[in-house]
Amino acid sequence: MDTTPIINNFKSEEYQINMGPQHPATHGVLRLLLTIDGEIIKKVEPDLGYIHRSIEKMCERDSYQQIVHLTDRMDYLSSHINNEAVCLTVENALELEIPERVKVIRTIIAELTRIASHTLWWGVMGMDVGALTTYFYGFRDREMINDIFEETCGARLTMNYNIPGGLMFDIHPNFVKRTKEFIAHFKTKLPEYDLLLSNNIIFRKRMEGIGILTKEDAISFGASGPVGRASGYSCDVRKHHSYSAYDKVKFNEVLKTEGDTYSRYQVRVLEMWESLSIIEQLIDNIPEGDFFAKTNAVIKLPEGEYYQKVETARGELGVYIVSTGTKNPYRMKFRSPGFSNLSLLNHIAVGGKIGDLVATMATLDLVIPDIDR
Amino acid sequence: MNITKNIHEWLFSLMPETTASIVEMVLIAVVYLAIFAVAGLYLVLLERRVAAWFQLRLGPNRVGYQGLLQTMADALKLVSKELTGTLKADKFLYNLAPYFVIVTALMAMSLFPFTKELHAFDINIGIFFLIAISSIGVIGILLAGWSSNNKFALIGAMRSGVQTISYELSVGLSLLTMVLMTGSLQLSQIVEVQEKGGWLIVQGHIPALIAFCIYMIAGTAETNRAPFDLVEAESELGAGFHTEYSGMKFAYFFLAEFINMFIIASIATTVFFGAYLSPFGITENIPLLGVFWFLGKTLLLIFLMMWFRWTFPRLRIDQLLVLEWKYLLPLNLMNLLLMALMVLLGLTIQF
Amino acid sequence: MSYFSDIYNGVKTLLTGMSVTGKYFLHSRKGAITQQYPDNRDTLKMFDRFRGEVVMPHDENNEHRCTGCQKCELACPNGSIEIIWDRQVDPETGKKKKMIDQHIYHLGMCTMCGLCIEACPTDAIKWAQNFENSVYDRAYLTRVLNKPGSKLMPGVED
Repeated sequence: MDTTPIINNFKSEEYQINMGPQHPATHGVLRLLLTIDGEIIKKVEPDLGYIHRSIEKMCERDSYQQIVHLTDRMDYLSSHINNEAVCLTVENALELEIPERVKVIRTIIAELTRIASHTLWWGVMGMDVGALTTYFYGFRDREMINDIFEETCGARLTMNYNIPGGLMFDIHPNFVKRTKEFIAHFKTKLPEYDLLLSNNIIFRKRMEGIGILTKEDAISFGASGPVGRASGYSCDVRKHHSYSAYDKVKFNEVLKTEGDTYSRYQVRVLEMWESLSIIEQLIDNIPEGDFFAKTNAVIKLPEGEYYQKVETARGELGVYIVSTGTKNPYRMKFRSPGFSNLSLLNHIAVGGKIGDLVATMATLDLVIPDIDR
Repeated sequence: MNITKNIHEWLFSLMPETTASIVEMVLIAVVYLAIFAVAGLYLVLLERRVAAWFQLRLGPNRVGYQGLLQTMADALKLVSKELTGTLKADKFLYNLAPYFVIVTALMAMSLFPFTKELHAFDINIGIFFLIAISSIGVIGILLAGWSSNNKFALIGAMRSGVQTISYELSVGLSLLTMVLMTGSLQLSQIVEVQEKGGWLIVQGHIPALIAFCIYMIAGTAETNRAPFDLVEAESELGAGFHTEYSGMKFAYFFLAEFINMFIIASIATTVFFGAYLSPFGITENIPLLGVFWFLGKTLLLIFLMMWFRWTFPRLRIDQLLVLEWKYLLPLNLMNLLLMALMVLLGLTIQF
Repeated sequence: MSYFSDIYNGVKTLLTGMSVTGKYFLHSRKGAITQQYPDNRDTLKMFDRFRGEVVMPHDENNEHRCTGCQKCELACPNGSIEIIWDRQVDPETGKKKKMIDQHIYHLGMCTMCGLCIEACPTDAIKWAQNFENSVYDRAYLTRVLNKPGSKLMPGVED
């Protein structure tokens, strides 16, 4: 009797490939271990730690002024907002009275940072789905913001403009003029973004209906920022836990309910319009006054635990400080938006194609140093 | 052409007939090879400059006047580079693949009528031969992806197979639509028909226009260029099928892509836009200007393909197949029927 | 009929996209945003606040304003600044006074945070707008900011 087992030659077999750490779509050194059946994703396992610099541990060594510049290196696309988070935590702990001027300037620069981050994301988003030209159009607009930053803060990316108590120096005399120029310029360019990419039939077909994240999942995974808002989860820290000058301006929290990749895309594009309107409301009303509140040369936080969250371009950044009353924090913890947003990648990418994974990952807008810290 | 005639007579007076014809063929082949190697290089430069102008950049403008020697320098660099390979690659197929791709690309070039006389190889199944040759190239890509023992390359190669087999149909059918009007597959006769009755795209009006659109889409897909560059898909697969190739072997793939683009545009020029014929016959009495018109029309179509590439996002693999099987193929078949009816009822525009 | 309207809409959006890029193509001559960097060295001017590297300005008498208080050294988060000092007799007053021997600055470690310049009570150090900092040996990145033989400007106290 023939006992050879029947071999099914047509059975499909899963295989694993490494996407990253050097891969164009992972935007840095994220490694994804993909289990694939043909083109269909079965499992995504992110592997972290390639750019871990132990920033949280370094913070325990540094004084509170020195901590600020380390946060530039976390989410480098919204470095000003990271700085602001640390400064707000320290200021709240010291119960400092911050001048109105500082609050308004911080808000304007934070919103400019958000636009800069989103334009970069938009360019890279286009590149991830294959439209290479968007990258340069995004960078053209970002360049103007970077010039504003360079003139006022002295650096384009790692600005370190905030210090606990206020700002390092006053805004440059050209700041208002340049910002207004930028607003006028960007208002003509932003509709082009829609014409070029958002309405494009190929782009829409690729983005709609993939990577769907429900509101329940968004909440349970701790999604925040545009990722959460695209799923209908109202999580804008600027709105719900207002800080700096956000209580003085009118803006809408952009909410979408579909939760797919295209709605995440739309939320970011619409957010740029909202940021523009925030800047417009504030730019003519920068109050006169000091640009910093006097602090001691050596800042010692009172014993206790302090937490402050802000809305970065990617979502909710929380800063948690445990102080024992010395000049260094006893423990410092950052709740970074990228980490939570990455955690849901496996949940929403399974079942899609490789192309879908790339598009989904692009709309999560991951910045790897933010995840690894 | 007097020079060619002189050389021909000189060769035949010098040696026996068989040797002479072989030598003549080799000479023609070498000339074509040289021309298209250079043409390929300059297409690369053109692509880079055009891309730069679309993207608010300047493009290569340092090596030579306006960067004219840039691609020469690149080619020199690629020649001098080390040929790396993977350890467990199928060495024979791995080395064969680039030649497969480049040779098939160059073979197709000999068929095009640059002027009435400058026409190396006027075969009576011209169009058929072109379609056949251009589909052999994909075997090279499949071999490259499979033999280099890399999963990313394999995915790219499989995508390429799926894509080329699908879009071959559309290329064939849209050309067939035009052949209905000419009644011949021979390229010289296709041009002759256009010389008498105007360019085929005018003769065939609506169905010809539809056929042209379908041909351009399918042709872009055939050359694996964006928005159909799933084979390379930089942001998905790194470099796709040529991930493991370096140096001159990579350059062959690269050059073949551009020569293929030239071929696709040339076919369209020949079949739709009257090859070397000038618009309204304005320079009909200077036959040598035919080269100018031929290249002009071809470059215009190449520019169109570049415009596609630098504007559109990439399709997903399943959408690629949906586009072909649900949209292009049914439209194409309807269009073929329409054209057949038109030819039967004599509704084509004749001058 | 949605089949044909799909095709129509698709083609329309594609043509809209092409018109955007086409517009830039036609204006490519004046629209280019490329900075041809080494060529525009003469016209390229950095903003006054640009943080290139830390320098110590000296006046014509080879005098600087650094008193050696070491506040910058303390403020620096990653030890980019080292000050070697000792007590010397001030020739004017005849008293012993803290004076710097070398103000060492490691550009290779500097993160350009600007805390040292904020901390300096006598404005002895400031930012230079130089950005071409690449060298062939990292030892060149360690610089002594005070010039040899320089001394403290009279009248500068912390």
